[in-house]
Amino acid sequence: MTKPKTLFDRLWDAHVVVSGDGSPTVLYVDLHLVHEVTSPQAFSGLRARGLRVRRPDRTFATMDHSTPTTSLTLPMTDDLARKQLVQLQTNCQEFGIRLFDFESPNRGIVHIIGPELGLTQPGKTIVCGDSHTSTHGAFGALAFGIGTTEVEHVLATQCLLQERPKTFEVNFSGTPGPGVTAKDMILALIAKIGVSGGTGHIFEYTGQAVKALPMEARMTLCNMSIEGGARAGMVAPDDITFEYVAGREYAPKEQAWDKALNYWRSLPTDDEAIYHRSVSIEAGNLEPMITYGTNPGMGIPISQEIPDPAKESDPRRRDAIQKALKYMDLQPGRPLTGHKIDVVFIGSCTNSRISDLRQAAEMMRGQRVAEGVRMLVVPGSEEIRRQAESEGLDRIFLQAGAEWRYAGCSMCIAMNGDQLEPGQYAISTSNRNFEGRQGKGGRTFLASPLTAVASAIHGQITDPRLLLS
Amino acid sequence: MKPFANLSSHMVPLPFNDVDTDQIIPARYLKVTNKEGLAEGCFAGWRYASNGDLQPEFALNRPACFGAQVLLAGDNFGTGSSREHAAWALLSWGFKAVLSTSFADIFQNNAYKNGLLPVTVDQQTHQQLFSLVEEEPETRITIDLENQHLILPDGRQIDFNIDPFNKTCLLEGMDQLGFLLKHEPDISAYEQRMEGAA
Repeated sequence: MTKPKTLFDRLWDAHVVVSGDGSPTVLYVDLHLVHEVTSPQAFSGLRARGLRVRRPDRTFATMDHSTPTTSLTLPMTDDLARKQLVQLQTNCQEFGIRLFDFESPNRGIVHIIGPELGLTQPGKTIVCGDSHTSTHGAFGALAFGIGTTEVEHVLATQCLLQERPKTFEVNFSGTPGPGVTAKDMILALIAKIGVSGGTGHIFEYTGQAVKALPMEARMTLCNMSIEGGARAGMVAPDDITFEYVAGREYAPKEQAWDKALNYWRSLPTDDEAIYHRSVSIEAGNLEPMITYGTNPGMGIPISQEIPDPAKESDPRRRDAIQKALKYMDLQPGRPLTGHKIDVVFIGSCTNSRISDLRQAAEMMRGQRVAEGVRMLVVPGSEEIRRQAESEGLDRIFLQAGAEWRYAGCSMCIAMNGDQLEPGQYAISTSNRNFEGRQGKGGRTFLASPLTAVASAIHGQITDPRLLLS
Repeated sequence: MKPFANLSSHMVPLPFNDVDTDQIIPARYLKVTNKEGLAEGCFAGWRYASNGDLQPEFALNRPACFGAQVLLAGDNFGTGSSREHAAWALLSWGFKAVLSTSFADIFQNNAYKNGLLPVTVDQQTHQQLFSLVEEEPETRITIDLENQHLILPDGRQIDFNIDPFNKTCLLEGMDQLGFLLKHEPDISAYEQRMEGAA
């Protein structure tokens, strides 16, 4: 009788090339996704050693971080960013890698297009020089972010040296109430365990509330695993997963599909398998969440008041809250609802998929963005943009007074000119509220698309449940 | 990568938990295709005010901290983005080691890959070090990687743990890609097993 295994155990064991024996495991990478920011030094490294990319057929690149969302045509005004994008084009051409560039109808944010194209599949190991690679774990893949040196390792050998992480079960029981989304679930988790809660572990999300999530919501959940300290987060593949993958460009077809399906069905965690750690959250008790501070763990249910650092006994945690409130210019003990906002950003690899845009549009329909508020809606890929336009979602946003853009990371990382001015408050569907993240001196409230839209309409932080009939 | 040599240095104290990689190196510095300009970007958001003025009270701007090769940081250092530019920026600034109670996974990996030594100490030692530096900003510490200890000015020795592989890589300045490339036959065998059958 073999030892019961978790989903993670199965995937790890299946990808061991050489077992570590006083050294880390050599782990095979099925899919390597690349973007312009973390790859140039890796390609230069290959070039310097006279190496080729071992598996160009397993390597796919896109342009997303510093691409303008106002136009699809170069030249760009940001010379450094333009050079970096051109360098990616040069590298992909030289090394024979498929690049979804400005001419491509499939260009988009790396963690959006992988699943869209059917590249992301259950059972795969997937890496990218980007910490939100955890997104792909939603498919029952082992997916995590790597640094540029590791990008070079994967390009050259299709492998990584890895220490085996521990497993951490995150169980969401019950059913979330109206207005509570996957974004709120993950913000609630990180508020509970902290930004280092998952360090050294990978999450497996289980429970009724997770199983009930559609694929795009599962991606939102897994996307922010890294904000809770876990490099990777996974959801066991099931019929919802298989239905999403079926028929996509890179999905297996015909006999290969049947074979894959058989394998994928064998992956989920055994009933008796044991995780190193676990946490349980009752989804039915959750509210829409919003962050008040300067890391994703500093979040509260939207009806609650801003925490008082004086009530925090640990001196360094107290200092951290104090520092955050000073940066955000917020007062302890006050509610966050009612706080004015200057900018609303709907976008990022966390929440820019078609279902996010549909939710946002549904709430926005017939309404207007409040006076003095700037709202930006940035679809995650060109495919999503076209889909949204065919459904008339763009017209809803434009009629409301919002800006409708081309795909890209945009204001999540503010590398392309879409950014906040010092002191501006933004409510953002992205994943990080670090100091200066969305622009030097910019102040970010992280929330779901519903919360963001409700706030756009009222010009202040608003509980979305008030707008749901 | 140069082998990690024992060092003796004063420390820059950063008594904040969860220092994220956006603080270590803001995204606007990531547009380079090489490793230029990263020293300038190192903690730029904290070194400079919004109007561009240098913040004199921030540790990295204090003359007493210039030339320090050791960063004494709060818990969970390097959280957030996978940007390896964070490790490069710290090295460009002149740091060779970071001391903390804990490090974020990806940052820690990136540090090792570049010969920047992340040293994990317990809470008590951590507190003691911060107190020492607060009392006497010029406090020097010696880091002996081979023997895995920190030596304080009063001669006290504090042991630290480090996994053997990373320790060897640092001591020898080992090229991990070379190590991986040596496994080419194993990698081919794996690919044959997985794909050959199709």
